[in-house]
Amino acid sequence: MGHPIIFGVLAVIAIVAALGMLLSRNAVHSALFLILNFATVAALYVVLNAPFIAMVQITVYAGAIMVLFLFVIMLLGAERLSGPRSEGSWHLPLAVVLAVALVATFAGMLVVGGGPDTAVAAPVDSSPAAIGRLLFEGYVFPFEVTAVLLLVAMIGVIVLRTKRGKKND
Amino acid sequence: MIEVTIDWYVALSVILFVIGALGVLLRRNAIIIFMSVELMLNAANLAFVAFARQWGNLDGQVIVFFVMTVAAAEVAVGLALIVAIFRRKQSISVNDLNLLKG
Repeated sequence: MGHPIIFGVLAVIAIVAALGMLLSRNAVHSALFLILNFATVAALYVVLNAPFIAMVQITVYAGAIMVLFLFVIMLLGAERLSGPRSEGSWHLPLAVVLAVALVATFAGMLVVGGGPDTAVAAPVDSSPAAIGRLLFEGYVFPFEVTAVLLLVAMIGVIVLRTKRGKKND
Repeated sequence: MIEVTIDWYVALSVILFVIGALGVLLRRNAIIIFMSVELMLNAANLAFVAFARQWGNLDGQVIVFFVMTVAAAEVAVGLALIVAIFRRKQSISVNDLNLLKG
């Protein structure tokens, strides 16, 4: 499942980018760090024999979604509106304790359960054609539900942005 | 020669997920909280693709496709809400959003 050095480099970049998003004071910098994280994860998808998902990750996540984020941040001028990071002094310790507990849970799971006994399966055909065939043969109903979900989201956004009266604005 | 196994990918996925969760818990800027949620969804996607590779199965990749669609819908609605809230309160700090506080 990939060369150790390639995995290591990509994993370090992904983690550093995620930490940069978390710690950056400027919202625009956070968004750019997140784009870097999405790009490295897309590279990991290529390593994992998922080229189509990698391309969708680049175009939809790093492209469309993050451009929307940057657009809204700059539209609102919200780069530095974060202010104090938390209101109470107990927020940070509690969050760190919860994070450590979550990591410990998963680490314990990995140590106790161990990896799968079977070897990695042979790579299957993951071309867009194969994924499309599976999508329309096995997942037709979820596909239609997703279409309805996107329609509902679109209507929701239009309703949210429609001015009901001049008094409100 | 060390071999990269599924555990490595699951560990990376967990680390990214926890960083996202910390972002939701610690940051007060609603847009940053939204980006942290995206990071958590992305971590779950990475685990899906890694397991799909482990078992030589395409279904994990199809699920990632659906997760991305739902994330896109969520971002569109969420950012519209943030813009609407900003126009009303001139702030997107979650500390100022206490309308439903008892």
